[in-house]
Amino acid sequence: MKETRRASVWAWLWFILGMLYFFIPLVATFEFSLRMLKGRYTFEAYRVAFTDPRFLQSFGYSLLWATLTIIFSMLLVVPTAYWVHLRLPKVRPWVEFVTLMPFVVPAVVLIFGLIRLYGHPPLVLTSTPILLIVGYTVLSLPYMFRSVDSGLRAIDVRTLTEAAQSLGAGWPTILGQVIFPNLRVGILSGVFLTFAIVMGEFTFAALLSWPAFGPYIEEIGSMRAYTPQAVSVLSFAVTWLSIGLIQWVGRGSGAQTQVAGTR
Amino acid sequence: MGLEHPVRIDPYPAIAGDAPKARPPSSRKFSWAWIGVVPFFLFAILFLLLPAASIVVRSFEKLGGGVTLDNLRAVVTQRDFVNAYRVSLTISLITSLGGAVFGFLLAYAVCLGGLPRGLRSFLVTFSGVASNFAGVPLAFAFIATMGNAGLVTRIIEGLFNIDIHAHGFTIYNMYGLSIVYMYFQFPLMVLIMAPALDGLRREWREACENLGGTGFHYWRHVAFPILLPTLLGTMILLFGNAFGAYATAYAFSGSFINLVTIVIGAQIQGDVLYNPGLGNALALGMIIIMALCMVGYVAMQRRAARWVR
Repeated sequence: MKETRRASVWAWLWFILGMLYFFIPLVATFEFSLRMLKGRYTFEAYRVAFTDPRFLQSFGYSLLWATLTIIFSMLLVVPTAYWVHLRLPKVRPWVEFVTLMPFVVPAVVLIFGLIRLYGHPPLVLTSTPILLIVGYTVLSLPYMFRSVDSGLRAIDVRTLTEAAQSLGAGWPTILGQVIFPNLRVGILSGVFLTFAIVMGEFTFAALLSWPAFGPYIEEIGSMRAYTPQAVSVLSFAVTWLSIGLIQWVGRGSGAQTQVAGTR
Repeated sequence: MGLEHPVRIDPYPAIAGDAPKARPPSSRKFSWAWIGVVPFFLFAILFLLLPAASIVVRSFEKLGGGVTLDNLRAVVTQRDFVNAYRVSLTISLITSLGGAVFGFLLAYAVCLGGLPRGLRSFLVTFSGVASNFAGVPLAFAFIATMGNAGLVTRIIEGLFNIDIHAHGFTIYNMYGLSIVYMYFQFPLMVLIMAPALDGLRREWREACENLGGTGFHYWRHVAFPILLPTLLGTMILLFGNAFGAYATAYAFSGSFINLVTIVIGAQIQGDVLYNPGLGNALALGMIIIMALCMVGYVAMQRRAARWVR
């Protein structure tokens, strides 16, 4: 008992230090964003940020990329994960291996390879946003697969499938009305995480030269003071909202430890 | 046609065209099941394997055509490239060590330090957000914190009358960037360490005490060896995490800090090295280092899994 109390002082110290590290940059960013007009705190920087038409435009583009990525990633991961659970447990390590690739191949390196490969005939994809969506999908693979996989583990896939089949359901019905609803929590946390990542992503969009929120923030950062911080605060809010939703959706399910890939 | 090579051609269709026959009838269905994962692996081959393979192949490409080892030689000898790798590796090392130590202490504080239970879930939630919080906004947050007009800069100036940016001191270097990276590094450590610390069983401590061991003995001979694979594995993960980072560094310092990722990014935007092969060789070096990290991480995780039942 005595030992626990003694350790507690150190525990508090480290905890407080950690909290300072967490919060000071957030507070500083917010404070900085309020200082546009000399001598007083105003929301002027936010007004300026919002009135820039390119703000909404780039935000809209990122929303579009995020939506496309989520749809594509779900179509790719959910059926595969389901099928692996149901029929091909032996292939599982290989699927897992592929989903870990974003950690082995950094984003910059992946784009480098993609541009060199698909920037020339026979197959030119650099003129379409396909490579962007592909890149984001690769980034989303670990989260999507992990979330869906842990969801699949929690339900009895085989019994559910056989029950649906014996009632005469075809594959679209089984996937859409039986498996999908049961995986809602897992899929949703994958979706929100993918959303959070794509909304702030810079590397892919900038290097592939597509308009997006991340490059926009970086661009105004090199031109103006204060407004970049205001936009950053908004970007934090998006991240927080997404992760908060994951925690809220997945409460009690014990899902955690997401390891990110975009830096 | 079949008459010219009757012996050779005949057996082929039997094997290639009707593969399931080679197996017992029961596995016929199993063989068809492979079709279900074809889209996934096709995606992986087209957009992961082929780009990686093209980087490997083109690293050996000579400027005018032909095969050469010059590109790889340049990467390990030319000062700019060696320097880029040195800076990237140093930052990764600093932030993986620092992140591991600080993250471990934090995780220890909330798991075993006797802090209120609620703080733990608070910290874990926060770490979940912060570990995903990187890129341009993070860079701007730290510019607002410790840049020329940053909050901390002004507070230090106000309290101690010291301008930390005087005397040519700058935060836009390797060490400043390390402080920024730490923001997403140590939360990752917390996320992985907290469950591992929870996994330490009370019985182990009691067994140690029953044998006359002190707290030091327990940590030195029981807890630390059990946690070591997790610790090392996470450090490797943090290392790779920092090594592949681009957006944060780019937004924080432009191209002042010569990281490998920044050089490759510049090479993508305009052939700044005037030699595509060199860019490929640089990228290949990154892939090799990251792959080594991954192998180390998987090996450590295997060891760590021994104690988790």
